[in-house]
Amino acid sequence: MRLNDLPRGTDAVIDSVDDNGSPDPVAQRLRELGFVPGEAVRIVATAPLGGDPLAVRIGFTRFALRRTEAQRVRVHVAKAAA
Amino acid sequence: MTPLNIALVGNPNCGKTALFNLLTGSRQKVANYAGATVERKEGWFTTPAGRSVRLLDLPGAYSLNATSPDEAVTHDVCAGTYRGEAAPDLLVCVADATNLRLHLRFVLEMRSLGRPVVLALNMIDAAQRNGMEIDLPRLQAELGMPVVPTVGIRRNGARDLLARLDGVPPPVPTPVPPGTDLHAMVRQILADCVTHATPLSDRMEERLDRWVLHPVWGPVILLVLLFLMFQAVFAWAQPLMDGIDAGMGLLGEQVGRLMPDGVLRSLIVDGVIAGAGSVVTFLPQILILFAWILALEESGYLPRAAFLLDRLMSVAGLSGRSFIPLLSSFACAVPGIMATRTIQNPRDRLVTILVAPLMTCSARLPIYTLLIGAFIPHRNVAGFMNLQGLVLFGLYALGIISALVVARIMRWRNPDRREATLLMELPAYRLPNPRDLALGLWERARIFLMRVGTTIVSLTVLLWGLSSFPKPPAGAVGPAIDWSLAGRIGHIMLPVFAPLGFNWQICVALIPGLAAREVAVGALATVYSLGSGADTDQAALQLGGMLPTHWSLPTALSLLAWYVYAPQCVATLAVIRRETGSWRVVALTAGYLFGLAYAAAFLTYHIARML
Repeated sequence: MRLNDLPRGTDAVIDSVDDNGSPDPVAQRLRELGFVPGEAVRIVATAPLGGDPLAVRIGFTRFALRRTEAQRVRVHVAKAAA
Repeated sequence: MTPLNIALVGNPNCGKTALFNLLTGSRQKVANYAGATVERKEGWFTTPAGRSVRLLDLPGAYSLNATSPDEAVTHDVCAGTYRGEAAPDLLVCVADATNLRLHLRFVLEMRSLGRPVVLALNMIDAAQRNGMEIDLPRLQAELGMPVVPTVGIRRNGARDLLARLDGVPPPVPTPVPPGTDLHAMVRQILADCVTHATPLSDRMEERLDRWVLHPVWGPVILLVLLFLMFQAVFAWAQPLMDGIDAGMGLLGEQVGRLMPDGVLRSLIVDGVIAGAGSVVTFLPQILILFAWILALEESGYLPRAAFLLDRLMSVAGLSGRSFIPLLSSFACAVPGIMATRTIQNPRDRLVTILVAPLMTCSARLPIYTLLIGAFIPHRNVAGFMNLQGLVLFGLYALGIISALVVARIMRWRNPDRREATLLMELPAYRLPNPRDLALGLWERARIFLMRVGTTIVSLTVLLWGLSSFPKPPAGAVGPAIDWSLAGRIGHIMLPVFAPLGFNWQICVALIPGLAAREVAVGALATVYSLGSGADTDQAALQLGGMLPTHWSLPTALSLLAWYVYAPQCVATLAVIRRETGSWRVVALTAGYLFGLAYAAAFLTYHIARML
């Protein structure tokens, strides 16, 4: 599953960030900002008029990213905390 | 002893600027880096032990691997390779203690620069309030650099940092081996040194964002904020402006009474006091506008507004990132255009620069205020809105809509298949710090008054000279100003501007407005004051009351429309030239703005005449 397909409010974990062509400065910046495998992410809001861009929470930081940017991030839904 | 050169570096939103203000107070200088338009902030202070320090506040960066001109400057200055900039003796790296997961990665990067580094763990109070416990000695050992806690917004908040600067100079840290996974390293350090890392304020952020970023309530909140901002500019400033106005009136009268009638009295009363004084009156409005923008910026709201507007901006072919430079352009297009450097996509950046002058800058406010006050009745609409405020809001809206349309057209003419990026941090909410606001406002007031004292006074004096000489020949009839150089220039320009409903006095006022838009008001004051003959002082000080007897309503509306687009600002054109390095872009900007201004004024004048 990709981050742009993740429903709002669902906790997920990052699997990888894929480069879209090389070099891909967007993917590189995403990794620098902490989009790395194993990190927990959640979509906290979607913008008006079509739900693009997304507000994504990772760690204690929130980022706004467009769906095309979020598409680079592969995630899986986190198991509900026991 | 030579001062210690320290550079302050850190992620955006780490509280670096608050710390800079705390350390240097008002001893700071804002300029540009040589050969770049990145803002360079430098300040001075003395440590408790008497050591003098020169502190450089570098632009915020997420990584040394630069993706914008801003980050490139930070990298080059830190590395000591920036031409004309001394290599810093010490780097003070600032990290937000409540957001270490993001900020420590950059701290680890700093180790590779081969310079001594001290980590300032900022906002340590917020971290403690959230129940975070940070093992400082251990953090120091694992990071391989001294760590001091700081609170940028508290009076003694930099005490430990100052003590550290007086102590033994820190060693150069060992670089992190290349190829290390910095994120994994950060995670390990956090696991070792920080306990209970779920900040309470995070929940507050979540709750606030539920409203602020809401698809329906978010835009409503944004509109209300912007609307309040413009009402405040118009309504709250009025008493203060009346006060300054009355003060200037008294001054002119007193000076007029004390001085013998003659050329010198005319120069002081008609030129300096009437001209520059009428511009100073607008200081309260400009400061209120800046206060709003600074407060919105400090609170962390602006990036959220950019998030809400991204979709709308993408219709115009821009991204939400362009929103912040464009909002700054409401204060002044010069810092607005400079703020475009945070836009990574070169095409987006160029289009944003081109439309920034369409945002109604504070220098246009004096003209709007004067004309609205003189021609639009003070009346309530729908019970709570003021018609004058509404017209002002409409003029701003017209500028914004035009900018979106122009951006769209430029995009369409220069298609770019590169992906538009947004990718922007939504920082934690923060209460704006009064000291930082005050320093920001003081800086603005200083720049404005300097402009009045230099550019505007000299222009109004020049204009006074042009309007006063040569004197009419003996036995001539009609006002003296008709015989002056300014009168003649005005009459020469008249055929071009007559279709817009402008008279020759307006034409004359347009010329000094090239150097600074707000001078147009002072220029009108001077021209009408000299033209009115005997009661010069009063005429100059009652420009607003006098205009309706000289101008028709269509003329006033036409001039308002002209100023929505008016390209007359040399400073803006100069910064566009510096920013883009291209005269072609300057010519394009000036050309399209002039065309739009002419067309809009023409249409307004003729439509208003038919009604």
